[in-house]
Amino acid sequence: MNQKFDAIVVGAGPAGCACGLTLAKAGLETLIVERGKFAGAKNMWGGAFYGPSLYELFPDFWEKAPVERYILRHKYSLLTQDASFSVDFTSKKYGKPPYNGFSVLRSKFDRWFAAKAEQAGAVVATGLEAEDLLREGNAVAGIKAGGDKLPANVVIACDGVNSILAEKAGLIGKISPRDIKLGVKEVIQLPRQLIEQRFNLHGEEGIAWEFIGSFSRGIPGGAFIYTNKESLSIGIVVQLSALTEKEISANDLLEDFKRHPEVENLLADGQLVEYSAHLVPVGGKAKMPTLYTDGMIVAGDAAGLTLTTGLVLEGANFAIASGKAAAETVIRAKKTRDFSKQSLARYPELLEQNFVLKDLETFKKAPLLLENPRFYHQYPELACELAEKIFTNDGKKRKKFWKMFRESQRGRISLWQMLRDLFRIKRAI
Amino acid sequence: MKPTSIEDKLAVNKYDIDKERHIQIREDICATCEAHPCLYACPADCFKLREEHITFSYEGCLECGSCRIVCDKEAVEWALPRAGFGICYLFG
Ligand SMILES: Cc1cc2nc3c(=O)[nH]c(=O)nc-3n(C[C@H](O)[C@H](O)[C@H](O)COP(=O)(O)OP(=O)(O)OC[C@H]3O[C@@H](n4cnc5c(N)ncnc54)[C@H](O)[C@@H]3O)c2cc1C
Ligand code: SF4
Ligand code: SF4
Repeated sequence: MNQKFDAIVVGAGPAGCACGLTLAKAGLETLIVERGKFAGAKNMWGGAFYGPSLYELFPDFWEKAPVERYILRHKYSLLTQDASFSVDFTSKKYGKPPYNGFSVLRSKFDRWFAAKAEQAGAVVATGLEAEDLLREGNAVAGIKAGGDKLPANVVIACDGVNSILAEKAGLIGKISPRDIKLGVKEVIQLPRQLIEQRFNLHGEEGIAWEFIGSFSRGIPGGAFIYTNKESLSIGIVVQLSALTEKEISANDLLEDFKRHPEVENLLADGQLVEYSAHLVPVGGKAKMPTLYTDGMIVAGDAAGLTLTTGLVLEGANFAIASGKAAAETVIRAKKTRDFSKQSLARYPELLEQNFVLKDLETFKKAPLLLENPRFYHQYPELACELAEKIFTNDGKKRKKFWKMFRESQRGRISLWQMLRDLFRIKRAI
Repeated sequence: MKPTSIEDKLAVNKYDIDKERHIQIREDICATCEAHPCLYACPADCFKLREEHITFSYEGCLECGSCRIVCDKEAVEWALPRAGFGICYLFG
C-alpha cells in the first residue's frame, strides 16, 4: 500500500468510528485501523450510552443498532455490610423516543458502528495495529502498521486509554495510578423473564444501577449493574493507586460486592459468560494530554475525555463528540491544505463550543472530591443506620428523627466535617 | 457454584494465544522491588509471587495496561499482543 490517505484514524471505538464516519461522509479518503480481530473485540465498559451524540449521527439508531435495553430506571444505592439505602428514579419520558440512554454490549455495538463508517466510505482495516508514527520533519505524516508505512495528511489517535500513539508523539507523559480507575466486570447470563421479574422491568425496559459503600473497603470507586436483554453486566470501577496501596485485588472487591445480600439474589442461577477488565482515565481536565500537534489529533479516552462525578461515569458520548470535532477540524484543514498545529488548533475550540470541555470544566473538582473516603464508609453507614432506626419498631418509646440522626452521626463524623463535605460537594458537582 | 477465582473466570473467556509473550518483565529489577504493586493491580493474576520471586505469565492478560501504570520501576516492557491475538471479547 502506498496510497496517501487524507486521514488515518487509529482505533474503532466510539471516538474512531464517529471520526471516521464523519470524515468519510465529507468525502475524505479515510482509513480506520483497529487492532482487534473485529471492532469491539478489545473493548468493554459498564455500560450505557446517554445523550444525543449518537442520535445526532443516526436519528433512529435504536431501531437498527444492537442496543440491549433502553434505560428507564436509574438507581443509586449506598451499601454497608448488610444493609442498603437507595434512590430509585423512573421517568415515563425515558421510555419514549429518542430515549435517554441504552445499555449496550461493546463487542456487538462497536462492530455495528464500524460497519456504518465503512458504509459511509471509510476503509476499515481490522486485525491491524498502528505500531508507530511516520514523521516528516517534526510533523506526523502517517503510521507504521503491520510492517507497512501508511502515509496520511493527518492521524487521529482514537486508540483509547493506553494511547501508545499519544505517547510516541510526546503529547502525554507517564500516567499516575491516582488518575486511573480499573474496571472489572462479569457478564452473567440470565433468562429474560428472570431479569424482568427481579428488576421490575417490562419488555425492552432496563435499569442502570450504581452502588457505593463498604464493599470497596474505602477505595474510591463504586459498582454497577446494567441489564442487557438476556444478561447482566456487573462490575466495579476503583482507583488503581488505592488498590495497590491497600494491597487488594479488584476481583476480591467484586466478589464482596456480588455477595452483598442486596445483590446476591439478583444473580442467582446466572451463568458467567465473560470476565473483562479495562481502565478509565479519571484525572479530569487537569490531567488532559496535549490534544494536537502538527499532523495529529488525539480524541476520546486517549485524550482523557471522560466524566466521573460519582453519580455518572460517561465516556462514550465524549468520545463520539470529540471524534466528530476532530473530523470537522480535519475537513476544514483539507480545504486549506494545511495540517499544521496552527490549523488543527480549531479542534480544542470546537470542544469548547460543544459540551465536551464545558462539562469537564464544570466538574473539574469532581476527581478530588471522589477521593474522599467518607463517601465509601461513613456516609453509607450513617444513611443505613438512620433508616434502620426510623423503620425499626422494637416497642420502645420513639425518639425524634433529629435525635436519632445526632446519635448515629456522633462518633462517626462531626457535623463540621459533614458541612465541609457538603460544601465540597456543592463546589465540585 | 459460580466461579469466584480469577483463574476460573478467565477460563470462560475467548483468547487467541500467541506463541510469543507480548509483555516482558525485567526480573532483575523486580528482585529489588518490595511493594510489588503489579500483584494487586493485575485483574488477570498474571503476576505471581513465588518464593520471593515475581513471575509473569501472559496468557490470561486482559490487555488493560494496569501493570504498565503501577510499576514505578520501569520493569514492565508493555506492549499489545500482535494484532489478531490476545483477548477477544464476545460481549464486552
Ligand atoms: C468499566 C467501565 C465502564 C464504563 N461505563 C461507561 C458507561 O456506562 N457509559 C459511558 O458513556 N462510558 C463508559 N465508560 C467509558 C467508555 O467506555 C470510554 O470512554 C469509551 O469507550 C472511549 O471510547 P474511545 O473510542 O476513545 O476508546 P476505546 O473504546 O477504548 O477504543 C479504542 C480502540 O482503539 C483500538 N486500538 C488501540 N490501540 C490501537 C493500535 N495501536 N492500533 C489499532 N487499534 C488500536 C482498540 O482496540 C479499541 O478498539 C466505561 C469504561 C469502563 C472501563
Ligand atoms: S511493580 Fe514492577 S518492579 Fe515491582 S515486581 Fe511488579 S513489575 Fe517488578
Ligand atoms: S495488561 Fe492488565 S491484564 Fe495484562 S498483565 Fe498487565 S495488568 Fe495484567
